[in-house]
Amino acid sequence: MRYQFMTAAFAATVALQFTGPAAAVDLEVTHWWTSGGEAAAVGEFAKAFDATGNKWVDGAIAGGGNTARPVMISRITGGDPMAATQFNHGRQAEELVEAGLMRDLTELATKEKWAEIVRPKSLLDGCTLDGKIYCAPINIHSWQWLWLSNKAFEEAGVPVPKNWDEFVAAAPALEKAGKIPLAIGGQPWQNSGAFNVLIPAIAGKDIFLKVYQDKDEAVAAGPEIAKVFKAADDARKMAAKSNVQDWNQATNLVITGQAGGQIMGDWAQGEFQVAGQVAGKDYTCLPGLGVNELISTDGDAFYFPKLDDPEQSKAQEVLASTMLNPKTQVAFNLKKGSVPVRADVDLTAANDCMKKGLDILAKGNVIPAVNQLNTEDTNNQLNDLFVEFFKTPSMTPEDAQKRYTDIIAAAE
Amino acid sequence: MTTRQNGRPSQLFRNLNAKIASIPMVLTALVVFLGGTAWTVLYSFTSSKLLPRLNFVGLDQYERLWAAPRWMTAIENLAIYGCLSLIFSLVIGFLLAALLDQKIRFEDTFRTIFLYPFALSFIVTGLIWQWLLNPDFGFQGVVRGLGWESFAFNPLYDADIVIYGILIAGLWQGTGLVMCLMLAGLRGIDEDIWKAARVDGIPMWKTYLYIVIPMMRPVFITTLVIIASGIVRVYDLVVAQTSGGPGIASEVPAKYVYDYMFAAQNLGQGFAASTMMLLTVAIVIVPWAYFEFGRRRHV
Repeated sequence: MRYQFMTAAFAATVALQFTGPAAAVDLEVTHWWTSGGEAAAVGEFAKAFDATGNKWVDGAIAGGGNTARPVMISRITGGDPMAATQFNHGRQAEELVEAGLMRDLTELATKEKWAEIVRPKSLLDGCTLDGKIYCAPINIHSWQWLWLSNKAFEEAGVPVPKNWDEFVAAAPALEKAGKIPLAIGGQPWQNSGAFNVLIPAIAGKDIFLKVYQDKDEAVAAGPEIAKVFKAADDARKMAAKSNVQDWNQATNLVITGQAGGQIMGDWAQGEFQVAGQVAGKDYTCLPGLGVNELISTDGDAFYFPKLDDPEQSKAQEVLASTMLNPKTQVAFNLKKGSVPVRADVDLTAANDCMKKGLDILAKGNVIPAVNQLNTEDTNNQLNDLFVEFFKTPSMTPEDAQKRYTDIIAAAE
Repeated sequence: MTTRQNGRPSQLFRNLNAKIASIPMVLTALVVFLGGTAWTVLYSFTSSKLLPRLNFVGLDQYERLWAAPRWMTAIENLAIYGCLSLIFSLVIGFLLAALLDQKIRFEDTFRTIFLYPFALSFIVTGLIWQWLLNPDFGFQGVVRGLGWESFAFNPLYDADIVIYGILIAGLWQGTGLVMCLMLAGLRGIDEDIWKAARVDGIPMWKTYLYIVIPMMRPVFITTLVIIASGIVRVYDLVVAQTSGGPGIASEVPAKYVYDYMFAAQNLGQGFAASTMMLLTVAIVIVPWAYFEFGRRRHV
């Protein structure tokens, strides 16, 4: 009896696969969006793409970008490419494009006028090589946010800080109340990320650009960056008791009020949303750490490896077009906590924090993403340095700055 | 046919079937192992990034490697883990085997229990011990729950001792196998030798130390090779337990190689590191092999 039921169910699933529309093409899409908010957002893409009569085959790779990218790259270079894959804006797929492994999207881009709709322009520039467009930018994320738990500060009996200095000053009170002042996960990129956020906030946009864009050693060794290391030293002391690994676990400490705050990109917003928290009431966000209201244009773009199957290649174009479609852009970005790449969409549903971000973006207070300026090699060296710095109380800021200068001097 | 006319069979055609059968393995060894090794060493002198390219930069990659604090930490960790793991798994493995060899009851049961961890992969072992050593849920949490509030045993979150936390997991997984190998060696010792030793009134520990262990030399060498190869490639255990943390305190060379080859998209650096790993192994193996095999030929 039970066996018969199983057979019937099995037969039904098989039948379903064959009764879809005749033109349906399965496209495998790889990405590393696995936290609650991220999964909800990627579901919007899948829904929109399935509605075009094709089928989204989800290839989520757990463990974050540093784990997922090697898998993606080895599949592409190894001759087993997926139909589309996520990378961050910047230089991560640079060599794959140069090697001719990625598909040229120029035709679609011209037809749909990407050059006019995508803002800021730098995003599309990042996709362009020799005048040809190789990727579809889909969102803008910025790193420069401080997320604060209103509950934690209430319980500690101090007002919610309005900037970094007030936050540092409030740390002892938080500690006395049994809270971790600052949550930082153990993953290396979170530690270097926090430092890279401190640079424009403490030393300003010019210093940030001189170090990462011009790779100016003298500035990296100079007094402005020394100030940033001093702030990083404060952050390290505040994060000493933070025993979590993943970024969303760290965000969860803030959501539950066990930690005072977290320096994290605006993707953290998706987690607050999934937890049902309201910006301004349950949590506070400070762009640019409340000091310099600047945001970076990090984020994600989709690349489409070259495929032999003409049907699939055609479906790749449909997917790229779907991702940039105004409706999908709104649905995806609201769940993801990021800002759409096109300015001509309706964002009345955006929450307070997102509106702050949109304002700053409209004012043009943007800096390029660290990923756009540094190679992955340099970023990895920075990861190694800062994860050691944040977890080794005996390492002095001066020593760390010396090593930092060496990395910048050797960077390309 | 010509060989037969000469009356002397050619060396080349002796055991022809066996030679033909081993061709695939010989080719695999030559192309995959030797070829791959040579290719890796060659490209370690280039500035290859994401894709291998032949633009030579001399010893740059090696200079950078030996200047990298993370590589030094990794080497240091491998040395600590390697020495201790070698000593402890041999000592514990032999002691367990000697105890099991006393014709005890339920020997099969004990043997199964001790060998069981070896059936688990390093990833699973790592995850189990990550939980056991977690300060809130593991040993520390349990002991504190029993009333010893100040009890502290938190190796995975303490940079100074984290490598010992990994060592515990490695030993737990590996000693069972060593025990089994040793037990097989002990069973291979002739009963008469024990009887002779007993007649001469030699105490048991002395019999083990001066008679049995020297006789078990081949078993020890096999065990040594198995343990040593496990040490050099230790990677998954670290990834599962600490991901190299806290900070970079539990990094190992194999993880450096992987991270730089794939995550950092810097093949040249990864190849340089893996060449250094090969060199380390060669430095240990070559003199030993020379001593072991070269000497025998003269006898």
